[in-house]
Amino acid sequence: MTDTPDLEQNPAIAKIRGWRPEAIAGLISFRGDLTVVVYAEHLRPLAEVLATDPFLAFTYLSDVTAVDRFPIEPRFELNYHLLSLARRDSLCLRVRLSGDDPVMETVIPVWPTANWHEREIFDLFGVRFEGHPDMRRLFLPEDWEGYPLRKDYPVEGPR
Amino acid sequence: MTTIQTATGATNTMVLNMGPQHPSTHGVLRILLELDGETVIKAGVDIGYLHTGIEKTAESLTYSQTITITDRMDYLAPLSNNLVYCLAVEKLLDLQVPKRAQYIRVLLTELTRIGSHLVWLGTHAIDLGAMSVFLYCFREREELLKIFEMVSGQRMMTSYFRIGGLALEPPTGWMDRVRNIVQSFPSRIDEYEDLLTKNRIWLSRTQGVGCLSASDAIALGVSGPSLRGSGVDYDVRKYFPYSSYDEFDFQVPVRTEGDCYARYLCRIAEMRESLKIVRQAMDKIPAEGPIKADAPGIVPPQREKMKTEMEALIYHFKIFTEGFAPPPGEVYQRIESPRGELACFIASDGSQKPYRMKMRTPSFVNLQALQKMIEGRLIADVIASIGTLDIVLGEIDR
Repeated sequence: MTDTPDLEQNPAIAKIRGWRPEAIAGLISFRGDLTVVVYAEHLRPLAEVLATDPFLAFTYLSDVTAVDRFPIEPRFELNYHLLSLARRDSLCLRVRLSGDDPVMETVIPVWPTANWHEREIFDLFGVRFEGHPDMRRLFLPEDWEGYPLRKDYPVEGPR
Repeated sequence: MTTIQTATGATNTMVLNMGPQHPSTHGVLRILLELDGETVIKAGVDIGYLHTGIEKTAESLTYSQTITITDRMDYLAPLSNNLVYCLAVEKLLDLQVPKRAQYIRVLLTELTRIGSHLVWLGTHAIDLGAMSVFLYCFREREELLKIFEMVSGQRMMTSYFRIGGLALEPPTGWMDRVRNIVQSFPSRIDEYEDLLTKNRIWLSRTQGVGCLSASDAIALGVSGPSLRGSGVDYDVRKYFPYSSYDEFDFQVPVRTEGDCYARYLCRIAEMRESLKIVRQAMDKIPAEGPIKADAPGIVPPQREKMKTEMEALIYHFKIFTEGFAPPPGEVYQRIESPRGELACFIASDGSQKPYRMKMRTPSFVNLQALQKMIEGRLIADVIASIGTLDIVLGEIDR
C-alpha cells in the first residue's frame, strides 16, 4: 500500500487531479490494482467524468462491492470496479460512509448495471442509495430484519 | 420475494406469474409478466429463492476451506469458480503457481466451458422444442464429468484447484480420456449444428428474438457470449490474461446481430475454440513437474514428507488447524467463466479468514438485461431469451 511514482503517470489519476484535486482522499496501489479513494460527495460527478471522457472511457462497471469495517468509523467502504474496454484498463473507486444513516448517491444514470448491485448492497449492508428508482431488498424477504453482511449481525441470524 | 406492482396500471392486461417452479426458468427464477394478449408489456424479475449466504459463510471459514463453497455457486462450472477464488487468494499472497499446474488449470477450465455450453445448448434446445439435441449434449457431457471425477474424485463439486496449485497429481491415463474427447468432439459439434443451425424452426424461434444492442449490453454490464453476440469482443482471457492464457492461440467468436441466434453461434464457435486450447494445453503440459507452489505454511506438504520431516508435519498441522494469514489489502481478480466475467473480490484484514469475499457472478449481471430483451415481445420469446442468457440461479442468488 504505497504511493509509487508510476501512480502519477496514470491517465485516470491525472484526469481526476486536473478535475477536482480535493476529491481524492488517497491512492492505493496493491498487487497491480489501483484504487482511488474519493470523498463520497464527489463520486457521482466523478463517475460521469470517467465514463464520458473520450480517452479514459470507463464505460463498463464490473461490480460494486461493500465492506463493513465495524467498529471502525467511517464504517462502510464501497468499491466501484470500473473497466475501460477501449484501453483494456481497470480502476477501482472507493468511498467511505459513516455507520449512522449510510447514504450514497446512485450511479444508475451513468451505469444502468448498478441497479441490482446497489439493491444487493442495500439488502445485505443497509446502505441506501439516493435516487435509486427501486430501492427494495433483492434477495431476502421484504419483512427481513437487519442486514446480514454487517459484521455486528450474528452468523446464526437474529434470535 | 417481493410483490411487484403492475407498472402500467392498465385494466385490460393480465399479470402472469412465471416460476419459480417453471422448468424453462432454469432454476428458481420468478418473472412477473404483465401481458396484453400474448405480448409482454412489462416484466419484473424476482430472485433470491436460492440465497444461501455463501459470502457470509466464507467469513467464518479459513482461506482453504472457502474453496469448497465456491463450487456451489455456479454448479455447472465449478472449476471456473475454484479458479477465480484461488487466483484471487494467490494474488493476495503474491504467490506464483508452477507452469504445469497453470496449464492443467487451463485445460480443465476449458473442458468445463465445453461442459457448461453443452448444458446450455441442451436445455435451450429442449425449451424451444428440440428434444434430441438435449439427449446428445448430456451424453457428451457425461464423458467430461468422468474426466473431472477421474482427476478430483467428484463429478461436480470438484474443489480440485487449491491455493498454490492443484489438490492432487492427475491419475495415469487421464490424458488418454482427454485425447479421446478432443478427437471425437468436433464431429459431435457438427451433429448439433446439423440439427439446429439451418433448421427452419430453430431459425424462426431465435433470429431477431431477444435483441440486445452493443451499447445497451455494455451499459447493463453484460459479459461473456451474451455480450459477444452483440458485437463487443470483450473476453477476459484476451483482455486481462491469467493462468498463462496469453501463451495460447485462439480466437474470440463475435457476432454483431445481438439476437438469440447470434449468441447461439457464438457459443457453438466457442466450443470449437476451447477444443483448440485443450489441444495446445495437452502439448504444453510437461509429463512431470511440480503441481503446487513451493510455499511452506500455505501449500500443504507432500504426504511422504510429512512422515519423514518434522517441519512438514508441523506445517501440515498449522495449515489445517489455523490456516494461514495473507497480508491486509483488497484484491479483485477476474476470469472468463462460461457465462462471462466472473470476478472475486477479497478484503483481507491480515487474519486467517477472508474478512469479506464477494463474487461478481456473470449470471447475476446478465439477468438484468432480460427485461430489455423481452418487453414488447411475445411470451414464447421469454423462454428463448432466458435460455440464451445461460443463467445459473446458484450463482445469481449465492
